[in-house]
Amino acid sequence: MSEWIQILAPDGSVRPGATVPLRDEQLLEMYRWMVLSRMFDQRAISLQRQGRIGTYAPFSGQEAAQIGCAFAVEKDDWIFPTYREIALTFVLGKKMSTALLYSMGHLHGTRSPEGVNLLPGQIMLATQIPQAVGAAWASKIRGEKAATIVFFGDGTTSKGDFHEGMNFAAVLGAPIVFVCMNNHWAISTPLSKQTATATIAEKAAAYGMPGVRVDGNDVMAVYAVAKDALERARRGEGPTLIEAVTYRYGPHTTSDDPTRYRTEEDVQLWQRRDPILRLHTYLTERGLWNEEREAALRQWCREQINAAVEEAERTSRSRLPEVFEFVYGEPTADLLRQREEAESFRALEEGK
Amino acid sequence: MALLTMVQAINQALAQAMEADGRVMVLGEDVGKNGGVFRATEGLQERFGEHRVVDTPLAESAIIGASIGLALNGMRPVAELQFMGFIYPAMDQLATQAARYRFRTAGQYTVPMVVRAPFGGGVRTPELHSDSLEVLCTHTPGLKVVIPSTPVDVKGLLLAAIDDPDPVMVLEPMKLYRAFRQEVPEQPYRLPLGKARLVREGKDLTVISWGAPVLLAEKVAAKLAEEKGLSLEVIDVRSLVPLDMETIAQSVEKTGRVLIVHEAVRTSGFAGEIVARINEEVFYSLEAPIVRLTGFDTPYPVPQVEDDWLPNERRLLQAIERALSD
Repeated sequence: MSEWIQILAPDGSVRPGATVPLRDEQLLEMYRWMVLSRMFDQRAISLQRQGRIGTYAPFSGQEAAQIGCAFAVEKDDWIFPTYREIALTFVLGKKMSTALLYSMGHLHGTRSPEGVNLLPGQIMLATQIPQAVGAAWASKIRGEKAATIVFFGDGTTSKGDFHEGMNFAAVLGAPIVFVCMNNHWAISTPLSKQTATATIAEKAAAYGMPGVRVDGNDVMAVYAVAKDALERARRGEGPTLIEAVTYRYGPHTTSDDPTRYRTEEDVQLWQRRDPILRLHTYLTERGLWNEEREAALRQWCREQINAAVEEAERTSRSRLPEVFEFVYGEPTADLLRQREEAESFRALEEGK
Repeated sequence: MALLTMVQAINQALAQAMEADGRVMVLGEDVGKNGGVFRATEGLQERFGEHRVVDTPLAESAIIGASIGLALNGMRPVAELQFMGFIYPAMDQLATQAARYRFRTAGQYTVPMVVRAPFGGGVRTPELHSDSLEVLCTHTPGLKVVIPSTPVDVKGLLLAAIDDPDPVMVLEPMKLYRAFRQEVPEQPYRLPLGKARLVREGKDLTVISWGAPVLLAEKVAAKLAEEKGLSLEVIDVRSLVPLDMETIAQSVEKTGRVLIVHEAVRTSGFAGEIVARINEEVFYSLEAPIVRLTGFDTPYPVPQVEDDWLPNERRLLQAIERALSD
């Protein structure tokens, strides 16, 4: 493993000389989010297998990288996630039922919670990067303190928009943090076929911005690095690239079969560096956590998730006439005619 | 002959092309070890090696741009866009480059490449994977645009596309990849680009389509023949550029009535082009206004409404009724 920043080692010990950047209550809060997200992820996969939701992109293994960043952002910041930053969006206020609606193919699945500048999870890889630069630029133009944080995977660093966005941000000195969630796999393509550089972080040098490599399974280190970079942005010192080194335990999506391209040993190697396990060990050894609390937390999570599933399944299905609503601010005359046509099909169907 | 799905027929065509010609290469995201997300390239890397079946970085513009370079310099690349929805970053390479090298150099440089792209709806993909974007390509002179809808056609058209001296887009309807099997001749064969397939002969109405709706039109035509004694002629154009106007015109002269069905959104959809061509060439054979059945003018919608949004049996029956009414 090349150089990286780590505070909490896989065995749950704090690295010699490192400072824990969060208070105990914050760490407990993070732990709860990580367990809730992991349990949600597992439940979502099982719902997909039962045919109750459609395609789903699991994130198990990446909880620390997402939740560490979520804790680092401030209220006015702008957040551009990808489809896999599901745990991050939960911390920022997205309801679990909304995430389920997304995979159920419901029109409301891409809606953002109120009171936070959170864009829907990006599907068209890398497009969010230049957009985030623009959002950061706007904050800078207006002299606001808000920073922007944008997420993408290791595969996305191969795309033109990654290069264009990084370059432009550095030229502008935009208040932005680029976070590469390096989970080592772009569907079946390993990092070694994606880039010839040893790390993603070192690419920052080419654009004239700092690049930081962090243990993405260490929620303390991710938080500290993201916080620093966001503060740097807010101080007007420009962009930073963070490479959070992590691993996706599951398939790319529920349509993917990872046994075709990687070994079980590889997965197990990363499971020994599990983000939740190490925080659990740390909290237990500090006397902040025990089996009883764990059982109570898991029970609470199950209830929350059950309620979310129930809410999503109770939501009435999207209907064709609704798709005409948000094409333009004011629907064109043509669209209104097409909506009538769509409604007449519906009436026809219901009349039968 | 073996009974093959479209995906298997594509796989066989690629294998035979690579077997016959060392210049043929396959490149794209996840096409090698994973055999493609739809398994269209399954087993090809094992058989032909990592240098001919290449897992590329995640970069559509680079995949197409590099394919252009490969083609300029003597190779025969068959690039895969994982989904046609991902074509946009590659449009610069396709529209301003691949389509124009022959034109700009008076034939000194040519781009004999094939781009395969799964497209179309009805399979519950996540957002932005299901758009029918064929007119991006048809509106780009220099590109040929082929849309097979059967296992037999896809093998013959893909092999012809690989032989073709110009860039050919082979758009593959995802919904039909495994929808049915067909006896596909084992030996390599070519079908001419720009020749429509008469799916079903009829005299009351000409139904023109391509991609996934062809199968729907075929089924509905059979049903209406049985139930109502209606005689529908169904044409699968198979190729939008070049377009087989001869087959279309002959059919219109026979039936006098036309319905055009496509999944793409209505405004600037290719149906508009065919309507114009019919007006130009066989207007006086028409007995009634031409009817189009298309997607609506909205972004491709979420899975919960896609079946209502797409041309479906209910909408098709209504459109047929309209086309026959005047």
